[in-house]
Amino acid sequence: MNNEAVAIRTEKLMKSFGDYRAVDSLDLEIKRGEIYGLVGPDGSGKTTLMRLLTAIMEPDSGQAWVAGHSVITESETVKEKIGYMSQRFGLYEDLTVMENIIFYADLYDVPRKERPEKIERLLGFSNLTPFKSRLAGKLSGGMKQKLGLACALIHTPEVLFLDEPTNGVDPVSRRDFWKILYDLLKEGVTIFVSTAYLDEAERCTRVGLIHKGKLLIEDDPAAMKKSFGYPMIALWADDPRGAMKVLKIVPGVKNISIYGDRLHIALESLELTETIASELQAAAIEMKSYGKIVPSLEDIFITMVAGDE
Amino acid sequence: MKISRIKAIAKKELIQIRRDPLSLAMAFLMPVMLLFIFGYAITLDVNNLETVVCDLDKSTLSRELVAEFGESEYFTIIDHVYSQREIDGYLDRGEALVAITIPQDFSEDIKKGRPAELQVIVDGSDSNSATIALGYISGVTGLFSKRIAVRQRPPLIDTRMRVWFNEELESRNYIIPGLIAVIMSVIAALLTSLTVAREWERGTMEQLISTPVKTPEFILGKLIPYFLIGFIDMLVSVLLAVFLFDVPMKGSLFLLAGLSSLFLFGGLSLGMLISIVAKSQLVASQIAMVATFLPAFLLSGFMYAIPNMPRPLQIITYAIPARYFVSMLKDIFLKGNPLHMLLFETALLGIFGLVVFGIANKKFKKRIE
Repeated sequence: MNNEAVAIRTEKLMKSFGDYRAVDSLDLEIKRGEIYGLVGPDGSGKTTLMRLLTAIMEPDSGQAWVAGHSVITESETVKEKIGYMSQRFGLYEDLTVMENIIFYADLYDVPRKERPEKIERLLGFSNLTPFKSRLAGKLSGGMKQKLGLACALIHTPEVLFLDEPTNGVDPVSRRDFWKILYDLLKEGVTIFVSTAYLDEAERCTRVGLIHKGKLLIEDDPAAMKKSFGYPMIALWADDPRGAMKVLKIVPGVKNISIYGDRLHIALESLELTETIASELQAAAIEMKSYGKIVPSLEDIFITMVAGDE
Repeated sequence: MKISRIKAIAKKELIQIRRDPLSLAMAFLMPVMLLFIFGYAITLDVNNLETVVCDLDKSTLSRELVAEFGESEYFTIIDHVYSQREIDGYLDRGEALVAITIPQDFSEDIKKGRPAELQVIVDGSDSNSATIALGYISGVTGLFSKRIAVRQRPPLIDTRMRVWFNEELESRNYIIPGLIAVIMSVIAALLTSLTVAREWERGTMEQLISTPVKTPEFILGKLIPYFLIGFIDMLVSVLLAVFLFDVPMKGSLFLLAGLSSLFLFGGLSLGMLISIVAKSQLVASQIAMVATFLPAFLLSGFMYAIPNMPRPLQIITYAIPARYFVSMLKDIFLKGNPLHMLLFETALLGIFGLVVFGIANKKFKKRIE
């Protein structure tokens, strides 16, 4: 498997823990230069997939290639070509920012004469320059993540794997972080990022929804919204909770979620709106207004996951 | 394998050790403390045994014998009694450990050239002290009978005893070198037992195994800083032995340094292997403690002579590195043996180190299970 245009490819990738299938016969193909967002609820297999692709965990069966090399038979070559940021902060809290960076530069065997410029650049775009000699453990959450990124980028990897990199990071730092990712994308780095934030998924060139170890849906965010199989309506009622209870059991209603006084309802077809109106009337719930909407990624994912349960 | 990566791991580990004052203090103070505690507590010399004397003979000769006991530093005569019942009382109450009864016809027998009898009772509840006390008693009576024999006729055989290698028969002289070997076995394994497990527990291992670092680079890099610490510990122990415990150092210091390094390599690798397998700091340190202390203490020949052990136990001792180090240290300290007389120990210690290092490399997986 040595297709230059493909950065990551898996074939029937499988990993179980006891009876539990964390990654279930997964097929994936990600092109070079993509920023691919992996979303899914907790325990859906995101971290396991990430570990399989970074060659730090062995699959039970199936195959996976990263940057043209098999993660099973050429795991050490893969490790030279990728950068990885684990979900839990993986750097040394008792080492300073600079000591951590130099440690990873040594491990990746970054040539000495390239280092000063590289380190300066990485510290610069992550705004860590003033904190060079601060212990990593004394950094804020956002700064820790940027340091993690700087260490994962020290050897200019071809593919970057980020496992929920902005988890628990404040919105401003998150925005900074994504700015950095876009800069990397421009330089041709392929980025595979898992996230629990759907506004972040929205920024990816392609998004995949994983649930119970399987990909449920995968596309670029705009196309996904356009081609989503179920029409979506927003509905305002005086008792949204009561309305939800009533409508949940109506056949053809795929999913309902509440947003304040508003319900988002995924329907099998638009004709069902009349049934909905009559059902609400029968339950004596006043329906203020409703309208067809373009589903958000959240609507799509919640509907998909609910349908898969 | 890249030297630069070994150096990177070693440097990082050294920085971490330096920034952790508690474990640093432990690493340097523990061997000193253990050496103090055990060095002073374990002594096989018995002095000032409380002794009661029942002299029924009351002759010049019997008084001479009693004086002989009294003057020796091993016995302290606490009372003179005149009946068996009084002796029983002293022994029962534990006030005396030794009772010497000189029968009525003691001097009469000697004068007539008949073997004279002496009744000695020793409290055997502490069998070790009792055995030693018996030895002293026969020593004192032996000398005494020789002296009177000389007075009566020229001696047939004049035995002159000389003890080699430890002329003063100071048990400390052979305990301390052995003790250093036992302590260093424990310290070496403890030093490295936390290092790999800590990386798993802190979550730094996942990041580390995603890099192209090779297993031997990782393990060697981690061994180096602890080797330095272990070497300093060893040096301090030797200095304490020579200057505080007055143990004579007859051998070559270079040989001692070289063989200590070989021993440290095996001991540190063992701790590393335990850390790799256990993956938890608490479990690893406990295993390291049990796996080194008990065998080193009981099966190394430090406490009990290996030739006196049952055959199966003797075979087990070959797998215990302390066994070789105990005899190496005793030989270097007390006999000043050169390397060519320690080849067997050196070879087996080297094999132990290589085997354990090899297993540690095999067991370390750059994968999450």
